Amino acid sequence: MIENEAVLAQQFEIQGRDFNHAGNISTTIKEILQETGIPPSIIIRTAIATYEAEMNVVMYADKGTLYFSLAPDSIRIKIDDRGTGIKNISLAMKEGYSTATNEYREMGFGAGMGLPNIKKNADKFKISSCPGKGTTLEILFFLNNSEGQ
Amino acid sequence: MNHYFHSVSVDESKCQGRMKCMHICPTEAIRVRGGKAKIDIEKCIDCGECINACPSSAIIPLTDPFGELTKFRHTVAIPSPALYAQFGQKITPGKILNGLKKLGFDDAYDLAFSCGEVSFAIQEYLRENKDSKPLIINTCPTVVRLIQVKYPSLINHITPIDIPREIAGREVKQRKSKQYGLKEKEIGAFYITPCPAKMISIKQPAEKEKSFLDGAISISDIYGPLLSAMENEDNESAHNGSVDNLCILGAGWAMVGGISRTLKLTNSLSVSGLPEILKVFDDIERGKLKHIDFIEAYSCLQGCIGGSLTVENLYISYNKILRLIEELELKKIKNCPDIREVRKKYSKGYFFKEHKLHPRPIKPLNDDLTIAIRKRKEKEKLYKKLPKIDCGACGSPTCLAFAEDVVKNEVSVLDCVFMLPKKLKELSQDLSDLLDKSKSKKNPGHNKKQNKGKGK
Repeated sequence: MIENEAVLAQQFEIQGRDFNHAGNISTTIKEILQETGIPPSIIIRTAIATYEAEMNVVMYADKGTLYFSLAPDSIRIKIDDRGTGIKNISLAMKEGYSTATNEYREMGFGAGMGLPNIKKNADKFKISSCPGKGTTLEILFFLNNSEGQ
Repeated sequence: MNHYFHSVSVDESKCQGRMKCMHICPTEAIRVRGGKAKIDIEKCIDCGECINACPSSAIIPLTDPFGELTKFRHTVAIPSPALYAQFGQKITPGKILNGLKKLGFDDAYDLAFSCGEVSFAIQEYLRENKDSKPLIINTCPTVVRLIQVKYPSLINHITPIDIPREIAGREVKQRKSKQYGLKEKEIGAFYITPCPAKMISIKQPAEKEKSFLDGAISISDIYGPLLSAMENEDNESAHNGSVDNLCILGAGWAMVGGISRTLKLTNSLSVSGLPEILKVFDDIERGKLKHIDFIEAYSCLQGCIGGSLTVENLYISYNKILRLIEELELKKIKNCPDIREVRKKYSKGYFFKEHKLHPRPIKPLNDDLTIAIRKRKEKEKLYKKLPKIDCGACGSPTCLAFAEDVVKNEVSVLDCVFMLPKKLKELSQDLSDLLDKSKSKKNPGHNKKQNKGKGK
């Protein structure tokens, strides 16, 4: 990430299977966005996408890192995880497709909406994965009105 | 600049700056400056926690004095159903309403009936509403303010149905003015309140110009006089001894979970106490509770019976309301509104609020995003240097809040007792360095002076 006077950059570590702290990062990011006066409609989209991405790491990876940066024109989120990766990305992007275990489904997760939901909320979304190694997500939100709608 | 009316104020002559309120405030709205508590009106959500926490009784709830009654030609008391839970099992709602009349009100209106109407209206709305699930009940003004301030994205989840006390106020004014040939403004409708937050929703309603209620008198103020008024009464009229004329749906509004229980809404969730509400609201925001239809959320533990202006222990009150509901359920007597009438009124829009609710987000660090980002970074940097023990000695509730106050230029970093010695050490080091420098510089000059003097 670019170290820049005008950019607020923060890095968070996510531990796989750590359900206790799952959701904390999206809450922290939401607070940063509220304090800096980002419009509520963008905050909620960012919070949902971050939460889904965070949960994906908690459920399916060993660990991961979330890079957050806020610039005057955009919010960028990048998640690198080290875990099983995704074999068939286009299948994973389909609504309703899930590899979640029954336990996760019992917990209310694994409806196969995670990745499609991130894409739906983001202005730009990029995913790449290396099976057996891990997955990288890049999520972008625009802050100027013309693109941010 | 918005000016918000608030239900609590600090009596500076009593405040000893003991910081109990500052530590308990759930939105970190209190600072202690110059030894006195100050409430930030933008952050305050009127929960009333500070009132109970203050050991000096310096935080005063703004409710109306009894004398307000004389301003009206005809006065009606509209007690919160929580009042019914304040006395022993034998003191029934009918007896309480009679007692209120003896205290000087011209009439007392049973709010449980309006609560029943609104319960049915909510049931109707739940059938129609498929979009913003779950629906959140709007009866607790603190919860409404919390959503406006901290969860603006959840505004559409708040029920658009008006609250029973407002509907009752409107009804009472219309009916009484017809009955006595008076103007509506000559009728004084007074809510008997379990909490100071309701006062706000009367003085400054969140979604309309003006409330239909004229004031609020606290349960704790009226408790003693009411008790003695009822003692004198004995068992005058027969209907006083029975609870049959109480609407079961209305009784449910006094406690958390009561609306869902009496309406038999199985797919609902009930939560009370602000820290717990935050957890539930976070989950709604994340989209985790879309399968839930209805949420009852009250800022006070166990609902309105836990309000800071109630008298009875809230768990005893909870027990009493629960027993009331059970008794009414068994008897199968439900003196409740006719659902067909409610449906008619509902389709005419009788229950809906006048205006839409708007968000009230907390002021950002700066209106200019670039500056706000810079300030947020400064805050983070300063926070790292602070002790993070949240001692509060600086007058801010946490080290993080202190860092924010510093970057907002409200206080100096030297107000931190841990930063002061550090800074002093740095300063004394600088000073001694400076002294050393000036000595070596000044010494020649000093000698000159001396020489001069000697020369003289």
